Amino acid sequence: MSEDSIQLYQKRIQIHPRSVKGRFRNLKTGVMVLAYTIYFLLPWLRWERPNAPDQAVLYDLPGRHFYIFGLTVQVQDIFWLAGVLIIFAILLFFVTGLAGRVWCGYFCFQTLWTDLFIMIEHWVQGERPARMRLDKKPWNREKLIKKGATYGLWLLVAFWTGLTFTMYWVDAPTLVVDILLGRASYAAYFTTFFLTATTFVMAGLAREQVCIYMCPYARFQSAMFDHDTLIISYDAKKGEGSKGRAKEYRGQRTPEERKAKGFGECTDCGHCALVCPMGIDIRNGLQYQCISCALCIDACKHDLVNYTSENALNGRKTQFLRPKTVGYGVILAAATVILIWSVLTRAPYTGTVEQIRQPLYTQLSDGGIRNAYEVKLNNKLTAPMTVGIYIEGLPGATLDMDGMERIELAPQERIKLLARVQIPPVESSKVVGDKVMFVIESLDGATAKPIRQEVPFYAPAGS
Amino acid sequence: MSDNKLNAAQQSGAVQTTGHAWDGDLQEYNNPLPRWWLWCFYGTVVFSVLYWFIYPSWPVGQTWLKGFGKVDYTIVDKKTNKVEEREQRWNTRALLLADLGEAANNEQRKAMLSKVRAASHDQIVKDPKMMEFVRSVGKGLFGDNCAACHGRGGQGVVGMYPNLSDDDWLWGGSMDKIHETLVQGRKGFMPAFEGVLKPEQLDDVAEYALVLSNEAKPSEASERGKEIFQGQIGGCYYCHGADAKGVPSQGAANLTDKIWTIANVPAQKTLQDKKAVLKTLIANGVNNTRIMPAWKGRLNDDDIKLLAVYVQQLGGAK
Repeated sequence: MSEDSIQLYQKRIQIHPRSVKGRFRNLKTGVMVLAYTIYFLLPWLRWERPNAPDQAVLYDLPGRHFYIFGLTVQVQDIFWLAGVLIIFAILLFFVTGLAGRVWCGYFCFQTLWTDLFIMIEHWVQGERPARMRLDKKPWNREKLIKKGATYGLWLLVAFWTGLTFTMYWVDAPTLVVDILLGRASYAAYFTTFFLTATTFVMAGLAREQVCIYMCPYARFQSAMFDHDTLIISYDAKKGEGSKGRAKEYRGQRTPEERKAKGFGECTDCGHCALVCPMGIDIRNGLQYQCISCALCIDACKHDLVNYTSENALNGRKTQFLRPKTVGYGVILAAATVILIWSVLTRAPYTGTVEQIRQPLYTQLSDGGIRNAYEVKLNNKLTAPMTVGIYIEGLPGATLDMDGMERIELAPQERIKLLARVQIPPVESSKVVGDKVMFVIESLDGATAKPIRQEVPFYAPAGS
Repeated sequence: MSDNKLNAAQQSGAVQTTGHAWDGDLQEYNNPLPRWWLWCFYGTVVFSVLYWFIYPSWPVGQTWLKGFGKVDYTIVDKKTNKVEEREQRWNTRALLLADLGEAANNEQRKAMLSKVRAASHDQIVKDPKMMEFVRSVGKGLFGDNCAACHGRGGQGVVGMYPNLSDDDWLWGGSMDKIHETLVQGRKGFMPAFEGVLKPEQLDDVAEYALVLSNEAKPSEASERGKEIFQGQIGGCYYCHGADAKGVPSQGAANLTDKIWTIANVPAQKTLQDKKAVLKTLIANGVNNTRIMPAWKGRLNDDDIKLLAVYVQQLGGAK
């Protein structure tokens, strides 16, 4: 090899996948319809909430609330998001260990949107040969119209995709009107524009390059593979025979003829490679570019490409119950149960008490000692609520909150109150660094266990 | 230059070099810059020229290019509470002021402030939301203006600055009185009795003061002290009242309660020491050491009102 022939840069070859019909194509289309129905229609779904926005799913950042149907997620509950992310991560490990790159092949938005954009391309410009011919043609009226229409439709889809994403963060009907009238916020325009641009570029132009060069998941998923993981594989034993694959020429058409000549069942029609959106030939074995979309299974008329595992290919049994899959499964189940439990047992309100430590204590004119506390209350409901506060555990102590010991909280109101706890003089000498228990209970509007919090009570020694 | 050492590609001219060779065969390729890089570079050049005109940039003689951009913003004068509209050439400081002025939190603050401004004292203390606002804003005002003497939590310093967190008020604990104290300032005064009273008499009065607040049991000495206190020789009742419970209009302390603001009686271990600190106080009096400045003119009316409510709730008076 001479110095000049070393190429660190691989020039891209434009891929024009052929369309294909079959079981997996239908499955992919089904997933796509389902995913798009949810994604594009969800922001328009309304949900009656007293005193709160009526959008079923709304991530209200300025208001610090996430509304998801009947669930209102407050700032302090945002750790649920970590739970959801953990569950998704484990789910990815679990499914990938078991059945390979299922996420990549059927659910990833890069796959979904690329699929849609190829469908549009196919619809406007025609099948693979027609598209290739069009690409080679000099720029004329036909090419201009067809390419223009393709790009225009892509842009429209990309724009609506970006706009829909923005709808999850603000009221959807208002946003659409505001965007069109030019009075939406800068953030809304930027988000919509950014998502429009990325959708157009990634799904329209970059496509398989994203999976091959940009996506980290694609690369690290191979670490989860083992000999029992389901992969899409070409059955070389059947397909190649002893003398390799051969076209169906005269004299080598029937199975008997082919067997006699030593040819395999593969007729080298090349369909499996033509339909591949990643531009690979599955007959070359498992490749990191393969996103497991299974379209080559649909394409092969001789059933030579299948979901199988390396063990199965080598004549052994595929083990689905393995320490790895069982372990992931257990963690996945545990994380899901914990998250659901945490959501179901969420408190309708929170209350915390903090001692005001400057001054630590105050001596009163009758010789009694007073400590001050800050009580923080938060009504997490979208309905009003009455909360009562009292103390216990400190003999002779009285609570003074200027009449706010019983307080009505507006929907989703949070408030800080001042609480003073006072002990009469006789008790003073006994309490040096004692404790007092605050009890915060809901009197009306919510049912939950009272919140009990023990806080220190200070008094001077020997007073 | 040793041409025979160049490789085939260079010799054929496929890769251009800069034409120099060092150490005999060390040469430098002269590859063109990538086109995308070059266009980005041209883009930044064009952008920089536009930038010079849009934003403040180059010095020109005694002045500088001020740019086309302008920022409108409003500021509130701290003392007079007046709102002023201003316009400046584009600069980040004015931009920040404009941003702060339009912030949602500032709108909320303004709304709350006008609510508190219109409300009476009773309305404020009964409204949890207004009290939360008063405590939040008052904490900052108190920290800026009052805490230097009275302490961060209003605990004061015995002998120097009164404790604001207890329930005893030298000048009255009603909202009006606290407001008056803030607006006018106060000056605490007690005459020195050294020379007026004999040392034994000073002892007796000190003894009586301790009996008043239950620090000591009544004795012959305290009875003598009582006579001085209530009689014309001492005339203490004049300011402290016949019942010794203090007279707020004079700023005279209540001597019957457990709170000591000048003589640090609770800190003394023996009765003798307690009496000694009291005696010193009575002998020397209080003059020019207990001064609270007037805040009118230094703080605007809103701030004084907020502070009055804040200080009152520190002590918990009703």
